[in-house]
Amino acid sequence: MNDLIKLVEKEYAGKRADIPAFKAGDTINVHVKIVEGNKERIQQFQGVVIQRKNTNTNGETFTVRKISNGIGVERIFPIISPSIDKIELVRRGSVRRARIYYLRGLSGKAARIKEKLN
Amino acid sequence: MTSVVGADGQMVACTVIQAGPCVVTQVKTKETDGYDAVQLGFGEKKEKNTTKPLLGHFKKANTTPKRKLVEFREFATQVNLGDTLTVGDVFGEGDFVDVVGTSKGKGFQGVVKRHGFSGVGESTHGQHNRQRHPGSVGACSFPARVFKGLRMAGRTGGRRVKVQNVKVLKIMPEANLLVVSGSVPGARNSFVVIEK
Repeated sequence: MNDLIKLVEKEYAGKRADIPAFKAGDTINVHVKIVEGNKERIQQFQGVVIQRKNTNTNGETFTVRKISNGIGVERIFPIISPSIDKIELVRRGSVRRARIYYLRGLSGKAARIKEKLN
Repeated sequence: MTSVVGADGQMVACTVIQAGPCVVTQVKTKETDGYDAVQLGFGEKKEKNTTKPLLGHFKKANTTPKRKLVEFREFATQVNLGDTLTVGDVFGEGDFVDVVGTSKGKGFQGVVKRHGFSGVGESTHGQHNRQRHPGSVGACSFPARVFKGLRMAGRTGGRRVKVQNVKVLKIMPEANLLVVSGSVPGARNSFVVIEK
């Protein structure tokens, strides 16, 4: 990538440093800041990471999938988003692909992901 | 291109432009040249690749040979010959600028891509090969010719394009960088002219 673009993206390096290393298959807990009127509160969104897109650029996003009341919900976050308070790595999963779209077609017992043990 | 987080927390796609240091290589005035303008030079060039007349031109401004020379009429800031302009001298955050560049060449293209035609028809009702065609180019025995200037297929792109009212999101004076919202005409590492 162009050096000049790197200079601009360097500004967000601090934000990136706070984020734990996670990849597809991991379960993470995203603390999202929500502004209601002039009050701000934190909402948690815990689920499995399905993909990380455009990695190592400012445009990087990640998708988190969870089952909420029996309905699959996916949320896409930009990694440098100011509304992310923090990200916790809950569980590391062992998967063979970088994008585990196949999880969308699975439910119940079949949708389990094996834990990654070092 | 990259993206930054805007003031309202939204992600904004942006382009990074290196806009300096520029050297004032000539100041034209109404008395000597008939109009007021400032000529700026940008980018380095080897002395052996510079013609002797140009070399003298650069010598007059007391600077090294520059790769690009562009003239700006009605230059807002007062400058003298040989001055070096940086990004911060001319632009500020939140300004709206016009960016002029040479668009990417796209080769020989049909009318749908080149002029935004919608094509003739469908693939059904007995047609099979007219979806992206221009249709009729004129009438019959009168005028018995095709009018000049009728939009047809041909070489596309590679011409001068100006985008107006591009917002300056950020300036980085130490690296002479300008971060503008959205895209600008031209390929990566090509030259653009920024007008305020």
